[in-house]
Amino acid sequence: MALPKYTETRYRIWHYFYIAICTFVFIFLIAPLFVIFPLSFNAEEFLVFSEGMKNLDPDAFSLRWYKDMVYGTKNPWGLAAKNSFIIAIFATLGSVILGTVAALGLSSRHMPFKGIIMATLISPMIVPLIISGVAIFFFMAKAGLAATHTGIVLAHIILGTPFVVITVTATLSGFDHSVTRAAASLGSNPVNTFMKVTLPLILPGVISGGLFAFVTSFDEVVVVLFLAGLENTTIPIQMWTGLREQLSPTILAVATCLIVLSTLILISAELLRRRSERLRGINR
Amino acid sequence: MSSETKQILTTDGIPLEISLKKAERKNKIKAFLLVAPLLLFLIITYIFPIGEMFTRSIDDKMITNMLPKTFKSMETWDGKELPPEEVFASFLSDFKILVDKKEHGKLAQRLNKEKNGFNTITKKLFRQVKRNKIDETQSIKEQIMKVHKRWRNVEYWQAIKRTAPPYTSAKYLKAMDMYLNEDNKITQVSEDRRIHRILWLRTVEVAFFVTVFCFLMGYPIAHLLATLPMKYSNLLMICVLLPFWTSLLVRTASWMILLQQQGVVNDFFVMIGLVADDNRPEMMYNKVGTYVAMTQILLPFMVLPLYSVMKTISPSLMRAGKSLGGTPFVAFWKVYFPLTIPGIGAGCLLVFILAIGYYITPALVGGASGTLISNQIAYHMKTTLDWSFASAMGLMLLGGVLVIYWLYNKLVGVDNIKLG
Repeated sequence: MALPKYTETRYRIWHYFYIAICTFVFIFLIAPLFVIFPLSFNAEEFLVFSEGMKNLDPDAFSLRWYKDMVYGTKNPWGLAAKNSFIIAIFATLGSVILGTVAALGLSSRHMPFKGIIMATLISPMIVPLIISGVAIFFFMAKAGLAATHTGIVLAHIILGTPFVVITVTATLSGFDHSVTRAAASLGSNPVNTFMKVTLPLILPGVISGGLFAFVTSFDEVVVVLFLAGLENTTIPIQMWTGLREQLSPTILAVATCLIVLSTLILISAELLRRRSERLRGINR
Repeated sequence: MSSETKQILTTDGIPLEISLKKAERKNKIKAFLLVAPLLLFLIITYIFPIGEMFTRSIDDKMITNMLPKTFKSMETWDGKELPPEEVFASFLSDFKILVDKKEHGKLAQRLNKEKNGFNTITKKLFRQVKRNKIDETQSIKEQIMKVHKRWRNVEYWQAIKRTAPPYTSAKYLKAMDMYLNEDNKITQVSEDRRIHRILWLRTVEVAFFVTVFCFLMGYPIAHLLATLPMKYSNLLMICVLLPFWTSLLVRTASWMILLQQQGVVNDFFVMIGLVADDNRPEMMYNKVGTYVAMTQILLPFMVLPLYSVMKTISPSLMRAGKSLGGTPFVAFWKVYFPLTIPGIGAGCLLVFILAIGYYITPALVGGASGTLISNQIAYHMKTTLDWSFASAMGLMLLGGVLVIYWLYNKLVGVDNIKLG
């Protein structure tokens, strides 16, 4: 952002001020995530940078909190991680299947009552989570699904589908429908056409919707707090109880792992977005 | 053309118009069948339960079913003086059935909510009934009135009469710190017990200021991201996207570490000499903590819609504005800013709606002054188990969100919302 030579001084000052604000905001956004890294390797029990850490003394660092995370008996992180992954995977599968099929119907120009149906389908995203939590809890309690994995998976499917519906309909909006007609004219049945022609083309949208659904389920704490019993504890529930009772460095070790995971998800989401942009470019 | 033009027929002899309509209907059904599974699933598991929240919030059938004869006989009672013998008799017979079913405790609880003092006198009556002390051949009115002096007080009978309708607005009034008094007039609770109104105001206040802060911080960086060359902006975009994808609890945890008294932010302030080492300010467990953490957590939701709108604004527009004699400020204000309004609207709507239902972060970093209405809903769902009250508050919050959404739709148009 080099300024032209003829820029007046006051605009020059304004420009540097603007850059300074932006730098501050970027630091504000990203810095909190990096505080966790070094502190999770702390050899001591306190959540502050010890003198040894400031002097980069190797003895001040240790992996004890990571060991505690894996082998510790106080917090069932292992069970929580297992549950979280199982629930998130099934919730993602459910959301992706239901959401993609619905998006196919929604982007058909023959779809009746499009507006109101779309509003219904994405309503779980608009309604504040606490209200969704209460409503879903009432349903699950009545259906006898409270404190079961099935109940939590169903709840997360409700919360995850709007993301899939939105991303897939967005992908389909740039979709050239003549290719499906071409497939049909060549004698392919609709299912075959979907599998061989449509799905490969909209796959980036489907997967990025799936990533959203996965993260939604994996992070979700409000609804799970209503639904989960002791057996269904998840990582967010463990973190919530841990943060409420006392901040232990083990939580920071878990948090570090979660940041690594979200970095991986971010990278895949970005790659997918670029790929789908490229594909859409070709279609035009 | 004459009116006798031949109808166009398809090869199998059906008029083209009918044939087309048939195909159209087939397509409609096909499209609808694709949407149907998800729609049905959501209606059963989500939309109906929200409706159920409403019936639950106004439901008062329990007591109506407990005292059917009493309410029937009370219909003719004008409610000014003590009710006639008949009412007492039917009340006693209802009460005996409840004692047999061991439900008299529930009745006492419910009546006590209507008017304090029912607990004691119901217990007393229960003891008399249990010991068969009440002689049904004598005047029941006289005997019940002897059980406790409150049974002689007409106000208690009026309270029973007030619980007769199967529906009640009491929960909604309670959420506004109001109640129906003896004369069926809406009254405010005494000043020291008005807790809910404070919570509503605080919720709106926090959501409003968080939205403002997000806008003030998000606008410049969205502008920078949209105007920088791709090479740099992609790199900086990570700063926005990484927090976006990171767990909410992780980010809250990091703010708890940063803001604690021995935390990094306080260390930094001491280092640059802003505060004395022995006088570190409390930045967590108060509103400062709530604002700082919520702003950082919701900022990506402001930046992404702004960015996607700004990306579509051609830089030549600003250049044209400047070349026509506008100073950079004028060009920005008259050309660039109006074009970004859809993005501002979408970002603010998103952040405000997310903030108004927030619960986790304020509960962790906000301390006592950080409880918002959502915390109260969760508290009544999980601790007091007053589900109908939680439902009432939830629906009021939902109503508020829908009003905002409707206003937004009127002003900006929902179609302008973009998600990244």
